Amino acid sequence: MNPAVLIASVYVFALAAFLGYQVISRVPPLLHTPLMSATNAISGISLIGSLVLAGAKGYPLFAHILGFVAVTTATINVVGGFGITDRMLKMFGNRKQATKVGAK
Amino acid sequence: MNLATYFMEATYLIASILFVLALKGMSHPETARRGMFLAEGGMFAAIVGTLVGQHIVTWVWIIAGLTLGSIIGAWMAIWVPMTAMPQRTALSHAFGALAAALVGVGEFLVHANEMSVVTRGALGFEVMLGALTTTGSLIAAGKLQGVIYGKPVQFRGQSALNLCIFLAMMGCFAYFWIHPESASIFYSMLGIAFVFGVMLVIPIGSADMPVVMSLLNSYAGLAAAATGFVLGNNVLIIAGTLDGFSGFILSVLMCKAMNRSITNVLFGGFGAVVAEATSNAGGVMREISLDDAAMQLAFASRVVFVPGYGLATAQAQHAVRELAELLEGRGVTVKYAIHPVAGRMPGHMNVLLAEANVPYSSLYEMEQINPEFPSTDVAVVIGANDVVNPDARDNPKSLIAGMPILEVDRAKSVIVLKRGQGRGFSGLENPLFFKACTSMLYGDAKSSLSHLAQAVQHV
Repeated sequence: MNPAVLIASVYVFALAAFLGYQVISRVPPLLHTPLMSATNAISGISLIGSLVLAGAKGYPLFAHILGFVAVTTATINVVGGFGITDRMLKMFGNRKQATKVGAK
Repeated sequence: MNLATYFMEATYLIASILFVLALKGMSHPETARRGMFLAEGGMFAAIVGTLVGQHIVTWVWIIAGLTLGSIIGAWMAIWVPMTAMPQRTALSHAFGALAAALVGVGEFLVHANEMSVVTRGALGFEVMLGALTTTGSLIAAGKLQGVIYGKPVQFRGQSALNLCIFLAMMGCFAYFWIHPESASIFYSMLGIAFVFGVMLVIPIGSADMPVVMSLLNSYAGLAAAATGFVLGNNVLIIAGTLDGFSGFILSVLMCKAMNRSITNVLFGGFGAVVAEATSNAGGVMREISLDDAAMQLAFASRVVFVPGYGLATAQAQHAVRELAELLEGRGVTVKYAIHPVAGRMPGHMNVLLAEANVPYSSLYEMEQINPEFPSTDVAVVIGANDVVNPDARDNPKSLIAGMPILEVDRAKSVIVLKRGQGRGFSGLENPLFFKACTSMLYGDAKSSLSHLAQAVQHV
């Protein structure tokens, strides 16, 4: 990694940290569990690193096998994480209608 | 750079923006779901971009991994019950961290000799954080699921041993940093990190799980961010950092809610409650019959339910909502008081009550509800203990002194639903149970609540 790329990466890291702090402090405690599973699904983006390991040119077989395991676990996180977050948020979303029906 | 690479970088940029927008949507329940669709779109774009832009030659492992992962992931998303959410989240921290660690090992296998000093440093962090988070999260998941004994495992010299393990791990890291060609040192670092993860989580009791979960969340995210540094990939840095910071912010909030310092947590000193019991609680616990309790509730004008982990173990979320609806039908104002560390992960109680269709407008945070307890007729404590322990406020010698609590003892009367006369998870006596305004209703929370509902109907 040459110094210019490193400096750019550190910029990205610092700005992402700042942005993350700003955005995530606004999440109400009500949604902390969905937040955790959502950020988990999002960090399943390490899937793209795993894909390279599993299939790119010039990697030995053992690396492909490690990549396969990594692709599997990362995909579980992406699919499972988004799926379950949506299931939870659906429960929070239906609320207003549910109470209205209940009030009638 | 050719066209495919530009396309790939463009998808990464789009994914990064969509991820941030998704988290912004999380600031309100109404917008949260739409936000997650954006994140899903971003993820899909990034995957397609990678498959197009990287020189993929072997498809078989990729297709096998994607298929297997999707099947397991979909199965988990559909079938895991809401009460098992803490375990599932811990497990997914383990999966995410394992993926990061394995990518690190792969990079080491292929590029060890061409790496710059900085990349090697990032690789070391990636592998160490990934490995220790993997085993740590597995232990946490085991404890939450009840596969592993939930009580803290503590022994003499534990912190000294942990310190030695930590130093050995950092030693391997430093050596690897200087001599990247030595594979045995690299793999020793990996192995020690796996062990360290176990050692970090076994001394922690179940009641401290919200902090541990948040912390492991943070580590898993930082491992992904380190992967981004190793691969020189910005979307990985951004997504990993967002995850890492989210976990960090949650850890700080959980620490505040338990009155523990972040350093106390970072060095694994928490859960170490072995000192003598300092509570001066004593006296008689007054038991109440179902009918009397139902009578009190039915003729109250303000009732506050205080759920704790006992609600989750008894799966009583539907029963409490049914009782609440009956009471509301009689004109009683019903509110729910949620302590930040009630349950086993941040927001655990909110999700359970949401599952039972409790409107989120009647869920109140600690700061909002505490001033209302003096005007509350009946506070119903369901399987909560430490979060309502007045010792935290009144007894400076208590082990949980200074922890902010839900001040249910200021209510006109308190009904505590409890399985038996035993102490809570932390092993502390709770003076609330001996107060004059408190009465105890023993039994499984779910059956107690549904019996109460029946009794209320007959009042």
